[in-house]
Order: sequence, then structure tokens, then C-alpha cells
Amino acid sequence: MADGSGPGRVTLSVVGLAGLLLVLIIASLYLFIAQPFWFPPLASEHGGRIDSLFGTVLVVSGIAFVLVQGALGLFVARYGANGNERAAYWHDNPKVEAILLITTAVILTVLVFMGQRVWASIYFADQPQNATIIQITGEQFFWNFHYPGADGQFGRTDTKLITSTNNIGLDRNDPVAKDDVVSVGIMHVPIGKPVRVRLRSKDVIHSFFLPNFRLKQDAVPGMGIEVWFTPTRAGQYEVACAELCGLGHYRMKAALTVDESEEAFNAWLKMAAEQQ
Amino acid sequence: MSESHTGEHVHHELGFWRKYVFSTDHKIIGIQYLITAMSMAVVGGTLSMLMRYQLAWPSMISPTLGKLMPDAFAGGVMKPEFYVSLVTMHGTIMVFFLFTAVLTGGFGNFLIPLQIGARDMAFPFLNALSYWVFLLSCIVIFSALFVTTGAPLGGWTSYAPLSAIPAAGPGQGTGVTLWITAIALFTASGLMGGLNYITTILTMRTRGMSMMRLPLTQWSLLITAILALLAFPVLLAAGILLMFDRMGGTSFFVPAGIIMNQMPIEHSGGHPLLWQHLFWFFGHPEVYIVVLPAMGMASDILSTFCRKPIFSYRMMVYSMIAIAVLSFVVWGHHMFVSGMNPFLGSVFTLTTLLIAVPSAIKTFNWLGTVWGARIRFTAAGLFAIGFVSMFVSGGLSGIFLGTSAADIQLQDTYFVVAHFHLVMAIAPLFAAFGGLYFWFPKMFGRFMNETLGRIHFWLTFIGVYCVFFPMHIIGIGGQMRRIYDPTQYMFLVPQQPVNVFISIAAFILGAGQLIFLFNFLFSIFAGKRVLERNPWHATTLEWTAPTPPGHGNFGEELPVVYRWPFDYSVPGEKEDFIPQTVPATVVAKQ
Repeated sequence: MADGSGPGRVTLSVVGLAGLLLVLIIASLYLFIAQPFWFPPLASEHGGRIDSLFGTVLVVSGIAFVLVQGALGLFVARYGANGNERAAYWHDNPKVEAILLITTAVILTVLVFMGQRVWASIYFADQPQNATIIQITGEQFFWNFHYPGADGQFGRTDTKLITSTNNIGLDRNDPVAKDDVVSVGIMHVPIGKPVRVRLRSKDVIHSFFLPNFRLKQDAVPGMGIEVWFTPTRAGQYEVACAELCGLGHYRMKAALTVDESEEAFNAWLKMAAEQQ
Repeated sequence: MSESHTGEHVHHELGFWRKYVFSTDHKIIGIQYLITAMSMAVVGGTLSMLMRYQLAWPSMISPTLGKLMPDAFAGGVMKPEFYVSLVTMHGTIMVFFLFTAVLTGGFGNFLIPLQIGARDMAFPFLNALSYWVFLLSCIVIFSALFVTTGAPLGGWTSYAPLSAIPAAGPGQGTGVTLWITAIALFTASGLMGGLNYITTILTMRTRGMSMMRLPLTQWSLLITAILALLAFPVLLAAGILLMFDRMGGTSFFVPAGIIMNQMPIEHSGGHPLLWQHLFWFFGHPEVYIVVLPAMGMASDILSTFCRKPIFSYRMMVYSMIAIAVLSFVVWGHHMFVSGMNPFLGSVFTLTTLLIAVPSAIKTFNWLGTVWGARIRFTAAGLFAIGFVSMFVSGGLSGIFLGTSAADIQLQDTYFVVAHFHLVMAIAPLFAAFGGLYFWFPKMFGRFMNETLGRIHFWLTFIGVYCVFFPMHIIGIGGQMRRIYDPTQYMFLVPQQPVNVFISIAAFILGAGQLIFLFNFLFSIFAGKRVLERNPWHATTLEWTAPTPPGHGNFGEELPVVYRWPFDYSVPGEKEDFIPQTVPATVVAKQ
């Protein structure tokens, strides 16, 4: 039968390509299952939902990856030219096509809804009321963290007051500004309590990235953007800039400490206020 | 290059300059595009090697590089501004001046008249003009590398206000001005080409070449040209507005209250996100301007070397149309964390995963084509199969990024770099290499060396997977894009050995491309001669033309088409291929 049913001739190309596709599958299974390198340790409440969503997509796309690359490798191994046979002549199968189309569409629709539940839980949930509020201003190439202090009220800021020692132009004559803390490159938050972050930028677009907290939000000049998260693990973390902002983009970082208690956080805030 | 004039009697002999340089012949223009774009690829590729050097060994002092490029390597250490300029120029050159140019400009020009049975493009002069404007744009972007204040450093996306305010960094002055100029020229050239392609494919098909008998390459080029015609003007407009912001005192993209280096900037009323919306409204269709022709070419080459009809031709065409339409409503997935209204994030997640459906259909159809085939593992065939593998690897990671919630963590990391390289750079690269090995005999009348071609394939296939697959992993680990020194961050230090591995793989991959360049240049002059019109036993019209085709392509009589382009291994036939020009009555249909 001249329909491609016999085995293909085994050549270097067949062995090489089918073998490499097999190596690809094994290597990717190792990288994604053994996880020699993986997400930075999780330290926020909503981050768990993002990680498990990633896990779900990983399982679905991983199965598709193995099946498709595997099938390709198998076909390469099986259907090489063998000099005495012709390929099969068929080129349509509306039923199979319809099944594949519907299956793909259904799987992707389910993923959309699963993803949007997580997205909604992050962006459409009500703002927490008892939150620590921090105004964060990015500029080339550092982060300014502005805390309202004990009175919970932010002092007035004015771009006209910006100097090399007053990065955000805080009006120190404003009574509510007296206890405000402006910290450059150092951020503290208490554990277990929601943190509301108000992001601004002085110059170009930056992106406030907390890798351990699964939080990333661009800071856009002319916009004030608020996001929030709840730290779940005390410790030292890094804040990065994720949006190209100029030549010093790579070093636009800050140190984030999640304090072990509200008291420890308040103690830091008090100490920082005294140093102002 | 030898010139064949079989059956030609109307055209008088042209001089060297008119024939090979200022030519209006679509084949010459196509080859000009190819060679110009390949030269740009050498530049863009070299830049990426420097980037990989820096990323693997960020604090290494190299006196040699310091001597070679004293401005870029002060004291033997790369300057951070030079690194971000490398990022910017590599991206810009590869996206526009290599991929867009090589696939539509190069293969599009060469193949459209030949595959539809026309003597030339609808507007040959416009076609030539399109090339010369493209060449000018290449010269302008190339010159940006030599500006004393530095090349632009805002990335290929040139986000405002970084790109709108010259004081935002070295390279943001003259560098960005040259960038905008080059992009404007490029889009103008692309528009001329697109108009020409659409007109030619719609109006100049030979007798019998109905739309549903077009090779998939032609469908892909037609759809691509429509995309280009709709998307390029948006980028052109955005570029002009950006130029006004920079030089005319307007504020389209710059809001009030910006303080740069303690100095207030005199602007008010603009919005930085407007640039992103305009850029990505162009930018996402642009991805498909690159990917669609690659899909079309890979489909035709795959079918030829599988000796089997493409599986579900109709679905291949419909899915390309679906991708093209949807490509205009997915741009917001580049902006999930940009500050755009989060409700839009939901909408763009839906549209993005929708566009994955036709892409998946195409993948199934390629598998269906290989299933039951009798594959000939030529260099061209290997690259076509490689294309499918790359497209799948790059496409699947798109599901993570298209899911807005998962994208929060992955946006602007190496996961994105891995994704878009595999799907819109490496997959198209494989299709372009496949296309070069496949059509080279028709272009130059000689074969490329097959052994070198296969060595090139193996090095490239292994190389790209070693370079781009681990990037997913360091992206998951949080490594940001476009950073000059990952070891600045404690959390990135443990995965630095992966960066070293990637860089070494990249150097080997880069060296592998030299084999291709040598093969290409050597074969033009000294490759094995092609003695027949149809060396691959393919079915489409270009293979019925003389090798290489003379002016007017087909001699006295234009070919007449009687069948679709995929009659491979028709049972009961003597040969395992039936060219499109063979009348149906000759073949006893099953």
C-alpha cells in the first residue's frame, strides 16, 4: 500500500530530530517539575492565588507541549521517506477539526474564567480599611517612600518645593507633615496587615516590582495608581524597577523589611521620624 | 547571476545598473530586500552577543573591548547606557529591519508575482521606491549607533515620557530623533509595499488561480499586507506626535508636573499611556505581520517536503484571517500592569486567549500534515519542521502572559523575553531559513550546500533552545528585562549560572550563523548549478518558470492554473506531485 503505512528509513536526521525533541521534552519536564530555579519565596496573601493559577496554566500548557512536541518527534521518527512508498493522500477531516477547535476553545475559556477570578480578587475587591498607607514616588533611579506618621495624614506636597534634599517636595510647614516620614530606598511594612501603596512617578515610567509578593504596578507620571497587598512573612526583601527607565534602570532598587509585628514597624517609623 | 531569456522577445537588454541596482523587477527588489535585511541581521545579532557578554559577566574588565570601543567600554567595563542602547537597537533592528523586511519585503516581493502567475508587481516603480526608502531607513537607524551622545536607550517600544524628553538620558536626544525618523521612513516604505502586494494578489492572478487555489504563502502575504496597511499608519502618526512633543512644544504624551534632574519640564496635559495604546495598537498586529508570512511559507515548505497535502487548507486560510482580525483587539495585553483600567485587563485576557484558538488550529494542521507523510529531510524541510516546534514552544507561554493575573508577576521579566523570541523571532527565523534554502535555487540558479545547511540547522535548533528555553526559568525567578547587571539583586544572584549558560549557548548559536552566511554568499557564485525548473518536485507556479526566471518571469505565455497547490502523492499518479498547471482531465481523480 502506497499510503505511508510502512516505517520510515532511519537516517541521521530522523534520529537527530526525534531525539532532540525527546531531550527537549525531558529537559522541560525536569525544569518545570524538579524546579531547580523557581519563583522567589512567596510572602504575600494574594500571591498564593497567582502561583496556583500559574500552576494550573502550567499543567494545561505542559500537557499540550508534551503532546504536540512528542507527536512531532514521533511523526519524524515514523514518517521519513523510505524510497518505496508514498505519503498518504488525505487533507481534510471536518469532524476532527471541529472537535479540536471546540476542545481548544473550551479549555481556553475555562482558563480565562479561572484567571479572571484571581484578577478580580486582586483588582476589584474592596480596599481594606485598616491598611498601612504609603505614598511611593519613583524617580531616576530610586524609590521614595512617604509615610503619614502617627497622625495618619499625609503632609502637603508641591513640586515647587522639590530640592536635592526634599525629593518629593514635602511642605514641612504643613502641620500634618510634622510627623511624616520620607525614606529613600528603604521600605518597612508590618506583617499580616494590608498595605495600600499609592504610586507616582516624578519623571518617566517606572514599575514597582516586589518579586516575593507577586506585585507589579507601573508608576506613571501624571497618574496616581493604588494597589494593595498583605505581607505574610517577616524578613528582608528587595524592591525592583521592572520598567526600563533610563541608564540606571538596573540599580533602581530598594530594601523592603516586613516587620514581625505592628510594634516593631511603629518603632522603626518613630526612629525614622526622629531622623528627619 | 545568469540571466535567462527563454521565450522573451519584448524586453530589450538593460545595463548593469538598471538591471541589478535601480531595478523595477520584483525579483531583484526581493533579493535587494533580502540582502539588506540580512546585513541588518548581522548588526542586530552582533549587538545581542555584546548583551549576552554583559549579562553573563557583568563586572568583567576587558582591556581588549576597552581598546576596541573606548566610548562604550570605559576602562574595559561596559557602560550601563551602552547596554540599554544595545537592547534598544537590537530590538528595533530585528523586529523592523530584519523580520518585517525579510519576510514581506524579501520573500513577498520575490514570490508574489511568481506564485500567482504574474509578470511583475502591479506598481513596479512604487515597489522600487519602497525598497529605496527602506534602505534609507536602514542607513538612518544604523547611523544612530554612531551618535556621540549615544544611541537611543528607551527600548524598541520607546515608551514616553522617556522617549519624549531629551533630558531623560543620553541617547534620548539625537538618538531618539534618528530612531523616530528611521521608523517613519520604514512605515512609509511598508505602506508602499503593502498597497502593492494587495493590488497585485487581488488583481493580477493568472487564469485559473482562484483565491482558494493560492499557495498559503500568498494568502499569508495578502493578509499581512492588509495588516500592514492598517497598522503602520498608527505607528507613523504616533511617531510624528512624539516628534512634536520633543521639538514642537506639544504635550501629547507628557503630563504636567514632571521633574527631571530637579528641573521642571514645561509640558502639560499629555498622557504617557496614550503612547502605549498607539504603539501596541500597531505593535500587536506587527507581531502577526512577522508571524503570518512565516506560517504561510512554513506550511508550503512543510507540505512539499512531507510529500503530502497541507492538512485542512480551508482552516489554514480561515485561521489566518481570524488571527488577523483578532490581532487588532489584543493590544492591551501588553499593558496589564501599566495603570490601564483593570476592567480592560479582563477584556484583553479574553481576546488574547481567543486568538490562541486559531493558532492552535494551525498547529494541529501542521501535525496533521506530517502525520502519514514521507518526509524528505532537506535543510529546508528540517527548518520547516523546526518552525512548528518553535511556534508551539513560544505560543504556549503566551497563555501564561495572556492571563492577566499570571502576567502580574511575569510582565517585564525574562519569561516575556523567552516567549516573544521563540514565537515571533525564532519561529519566523526558521521559516525564513527554510525559505532561503528552498527558494535559493530559483533566485540564483544554484543550490545552497545541503551538508552545510543541515549543520546550520542542527546548531541553530540546539542553540536557540539552549538560549531561550532557560530564559523562562530565570524569568519565573524574577529577572527583569533590560537590566544591565542582574547580580545587583540578591534574589537573582543564585540563578546567575543560568545566564552564563545562556550566553555560552548564544555565542555558539551566533557562530553557527556564520556557517549560513558563508554558505549563502559562496553558493551565489559557486553553488551547484540547478539544471531543472523544479528541483524539489514542488507544485506551485514559480517552479514552472525558468531557473532563474527572466524578466517577465514566465516567457511568452503566462501559466494557466487548473488545481490547488497541494497535489502531493495523489494515488494512482506516476509522479508524487502534480503542478498547478496540469489540467484536471489529465489526472484520473479518485
